[in-house]
Amino acid sequence: MTLMIGIPRETAAGEKRVATVPEVVEKLIKLGFSVAVESGAGDAANFSDDTYRAAGAEIIAGAAKLWAASDIVFKVRGPSTDEIGLMREGCTLVSFIWPAQNPELLKQLAAKKATVLAMDSVPRMSRAQKLDALSSMANIAGYRAVIEAAHQFGRFFTGQITAAGKVPPAKVFVIGAGVAGLAAIGAACGLGAIVRANDTRPEVGDQVKSMGGEFVTVDYEEEGTGVGGYAKLMSEGFQKAQRETFAKQAKEVDIIITTALIPGKPAPKLITAEMVQSMKPGSVIVDMAAEQGGNCELTEPGQVVMKHGVTIIGYTDLPSRLSKQSSTLYATNLFRLTEELCKTKDGIINVNMEDEVIRGTTVVKDGNITWPPPAPKLSAAPAKPAAAKPVAAPAAKGHGKGGAPASGTKTAIMFGAAAALFWLIGANAPAAFLGHFTVFVLACFVGYMVVWNVTPALHTPLMSVTNAISSIIAIGALVQIAPPLSLLSGFNRPDSLIRWLAVAGIALTAVNMFGGFAVTQRMLAMFRK
Amino acid sequence: MSESLATVSYIGATILFILSLGGLSNPESSRRGNLYGMIGMTIAVLATIFGPRVTMAGIPWIIGSMVAGGSIGLYAARVVKMTQMPELVALMHSLVGLAACLVGFANYIDPSAAAHLTSAEKAIHEMEIYIGILIGAITFSGSIIAFGKLSGKIGGKPLLLPARHWLNLLGLLIVIYCGWQFLHSASVSAGMLPLIVMTLIALLFGIHMVMAIGGADMPVVVSMLNSYSGWAAAATGFMLSNDLLIVTGALVGSSGAILSYIMCRAMNRNFISVIAGGFGTGGGTVVAASGDAQPAGEVVAISAAETAELLREARNVIIVPGYGMAVAQAQHTVCEITQYLRDNGINVRFGIHPVAGRMPGHMNVLLAEARVPYDIVLEMDELNADFPNTDVAMPVLEVWKAKTSIVMKRSMASGYAGVDNPLFYKENNRMLFGDAKKMLEEVFVALKS
Repeated sequence: MTLMIGIPRETAAGEKRVATVPEVVEKLIKLGFSVAVESGAGDAANFSDDTYRAAGAEIIAGAAKLWAASDIVFKVRGPSTDEIGLMREGCTLVSFIWPAQNPELLKQLAAKKATVLAMDSVPRMSRAQKLDALSSMANIAGYRAVIEAAHQFGRFFTGQITAAGKVPPAKVFVIGAGVAGLAAIGAACGLGAIVRANDTRPEVGDQVKSMGGEFVTVDYEEEGTGVGGYAKLMSEGFQKAQRETFAKQAKEVDIIITTALIPGKPAPKLITAEMVQSMKPGSVIVDMAAEQGGNCELTEPGQVVMKHGVTIIGYTDLPSRLSKQSSTLYATNLFRLTEELCKTKDGIINVNMEDEVIRGTTVVKDGNITWPPPAPKLSAAPAKPAAAKPVAAPAAKGHGKGGAPASGTKTAIMFGAAAALFWLIGANAPAAFLGHFTVFVLACFVGYMVVWNVTPALHTPLMSVTNAISSIIAIGALVQIAPPLSLLSGFNRPDSLIRWLAVAGIALTAVNMFGGFAVTQRMLAMFRK
Repeated sequence: MSESLATVSYIGATILFILSLGGLSNPESSRRGNLYGMIGMTIAVLATIFGPRVTMAGIPWIIGSMVAGGSIGLYAARVVKMTQMPELVALMHSLVGLAACLVGFANYIDPSAAAHLTSAEKAIHEMEIYIGILIGAITFSGSIIAFGKLSGKIGGKPLLLPARHWLNLLGLLIVIYCGWQFLHSASVSAGMLPLIVMTLIALLFGIHMVMAIGGADMPVVVSMLNSYSGWAAAATGFMLSNDLLIVTGALVGSSGAILSYIMCRAMNRNFISVIAGGFGTGGGTVVAASGDAQPAGEVVAISAAETAELLREARNVIIVPGYGMAVAQAQHTVCEITQYLRDNGINVRFGIHPVAGRMPGHMNVLLAEARVPYDIVLEMDELNADFPNTDVAMPVLEVWKAKTSIVMKRSMASGYAGVDNPLFYKENNRMLFGDAKKMLEEVFVALKS
C-alpha cells in the first residue's frame, strides 16, 4: 500500500506559498506516492487546480477531508491548533516548525502521536544542502528585500549621466552576509548600486567580494563564527565598535538591509533610533529580521513605517511575496527530503534515525519529542580549533602555493632524525665524500624549490625534460671510454670490455638526450594561449 | 681543455639545468627552459669530451655511439603520438637505468678507478657502485614493466603475489648480505658474484614493484621512476666523484619525488608508502570502503542529439577529459566543439584531475596538441574551490554539483582502476555510451545543424 501525501491550503494570513508544485507532484508520484492537493491550495502562487490534476494529483475540496485522507502532510507554515485538530493520529508532517520558539506546538503534535520533520532544523551539512529550505527561502527573501527597497526608494540604483543631469549611484549597506545577505548584495549590485556589507564572521569577506560587494570590517579583534557556521552573540566591546561602524555607514548610505540573526535568540538591535535619524531623508531600511524582533529599534514587524524621513520596511513574508518562485524551490527541497526518506522508491517512508540528516530534521518521532538533536558531527564551516587552521586549509588545497606548515612535534621529529643521520655521516665519512655530500643535499633542495611551483599543465613536459637531463649520466660513460694513459699506467685494465660497456651506455643515454629534448620541444610548441 | 676549465663548464651546465627546470614552471617561459636544458647538456658533454679525462682515441667511439643513439631518439620523438607520451617517457627512464648499471659495472672492473683511494674511501666508493647499480637496475626493470603496462602489452590489473611484502623483505635482506660480501671481497672477480646476484634481485624487485600497481596509479609510478633515474645518476656521480652528475641527479631525483608527492596528494595516498613501493592496492579498497555498499541506482542514458541540445542551451560548460579521450584520439573533436561553443558565447572550460590520463599532465598535453588555449584549462582545485570536500575518499572533480553532468563511456564496465563510480547513478547524471570520438563527432554534427 502506498502512502498519500496531502498538501493543504496555507491558512496563515498573507501566506501565498504552497508546499508543492505540479512539476514536483509528478516526481513524487514517480517515487510511488499518491498525492492529494486541497482545492485552491496553489491559487495564490499561480498554480491552478487543473495543473495539479494534470500532473496526477487528486484534488480534494475542504481542509478537513484532505487532512483525514493524508498519511503525510506537506506544509509551509507550522500547523495551527485547528489544523492539528484535523490531523490523523500517527500522521507524518513536514513543514517549518521553529521548535525552539514553539515548545507548545511540539507538545500538541506529540500528543497526536505524529512524526514531524522541521524544514528549519535541517542540519547544515554539504549532503543536506539540497533540502535546506532555509537557504532557498533566504535567497528569495534577500532578492525581494532589494526589490522592496527599490520600490520605496525615490531614485535610481545605478549611476547615470543623462542630458537631464547626473544621477549618483545608490549606496546600499547590507548587515549580515548569510544566504539572504549575499542574495541581497547580488541583487543590489545587479541593479547597479554600490554595495557594502558587514558580518561578524570574517571568513565571509571573500563571499561578499565574490557577489560584487565591498566588505566593511569592524575594527575589533573577535572571532564571530558560532557552531554550524552561524553567527554568535558578540562581546560588549565588540558591539560598541560595531555600533560606531554602523553609525558611520548610516550617515553615508541610502539603503540599509539588515539580516542579522543568531539561532534561538532575539535579533540583535544593531540600528538605533539615532542612526535612523542621522540617515538622509528618503533613505530606506529593510529589516529582514523583523519576525525575530528586528535589527532596527524602530521596526514594526509586518509593516512599512516612516520614521524621521526614513522608510522602514518590516515585512515578515518576503519569500511569500515571490510565491511562485518560493513555492517551486520549497517543493523541490521537500521532494529531496522525500527521496531521503524513501530510498526504496516504493511509496513508503522510513524515518531512519541513524541518518544524520534525517535525525537532525526530525523533531517529533511517533509522539516522542526528539528535539533538540545531538550535536552535529560535521558543520559547514568547522569551528576553528586553532588560529592557524583556516589559513592552512585553503593553502593545502592547491600545491604550488606553498604547503601547510607541519605541526610542531612532527617538525621536531623530522629535524631530530635528520640531525642523527647527518651526525652518522659526519662521524664516519671521509672528507672528500663530505664535499660531494654537501653538493648533493643542496641540489636536492634546489630541485624541490624549483619544481614545487610547476603548474600541473606542465607536468608531462617537465618529466620529459628531467628525463632528458638525467641522461647526464652519459658523462659517466664518456670518462670511461678512453681515459688518458697516465692514469692507467701500471694497471691491468680490461680496456675493450670497459669500452664496449661505455659505448653502450653512451648510445642508450644519447637516445634519451636527443629524444627527450626533442619531444619536450614538440610538446611545448603546442602550448599556446 | 684543463681540469679547471672543465669544472667551470660543469658549473655553467648546472646553472642552466636549474634554470631549465625553473623555466618549465610556467607555459610562457617553458620553451626557454627547454632551450636552457639543451644548452646545458651540450656544454656538459663537450666539456667532458674535450676535458682531461677523455683522450683523442675515444672520439670516434663517442661520435659513433652518439649518432646511433641520437638518431633513434630523434626519430622516436618525431613519430610518437601525444597519446603515447607516457610509454615513451617510461621507456626512456629504463634507458637511464640501464646506462647507470653499465657505467657502474664498467667502473667496478676498472682497476684504475679506485687505485689512489684510502681504505675508507675505497669502501665508500664500492658502496656507491653498489647503490648506483641497485637503483639503476630497479629503474630499468621497473620502467620496462611500466612501459608494458602503459602500452597495453601487459594487463593493467595489479599482480599481487601472496606474501609479497615478505618477498620484498627477503630480497632486501639478500641485497644487504650481498652488499656485505661485496665490500669485503678481496678482488674484483670475487666481488663480481654478489654484485650480479644483487643486480638480479634488483631487477626482479623492479618488476615486482610495478607489476603490483594498478592502472589508476600509473601517473605516480611514472613520476617515481623519473625520480629513481635521477637518484641513479646522483649515485653514479658519487661513484665518479663528479659534482655535475651529483647535482643534476639530485635535481631530477628531487623534482621527480616532488611530482610523485603532488600526485599522491591528489589521490589521497600516503607518500611514504608509495616511495617504498608496493602500493596501488590501497586504491580499490579505500574507495570501496568509503563508498560503503556498491553504488546502486538507475543509470540514465542520453543520445548525441540530446547532448547537443543540452550544450546549446548551456551557458557554462566544463569538460572533464579522461583517458578515454586519449584512447579515442578525440581531442581534436573536443577542440572543435569547444571552438564552436565559444563562438556562440558559451563559457567553456576544462577541468583536469591531477592524475587523469596515464602520466602527470597527460591531458594538458593532448589538449594543447589539439590547440585548446591553455588559459581555459584549469586544475581540479581551481574549479572545486567553493565546495567543501567532505566525504570523498579521493579528491575528485565535483561534477555532480553541476546542473547536469554527462559521462561518456563505452559501456558500464568499471574502468582501468577497477572501481565502480557512484557518479553514474546520480540523478543529474546522464550516460552517453559509445566511442568518445564517434559520439563527439555526432554531437558536433547535431550542434551545427
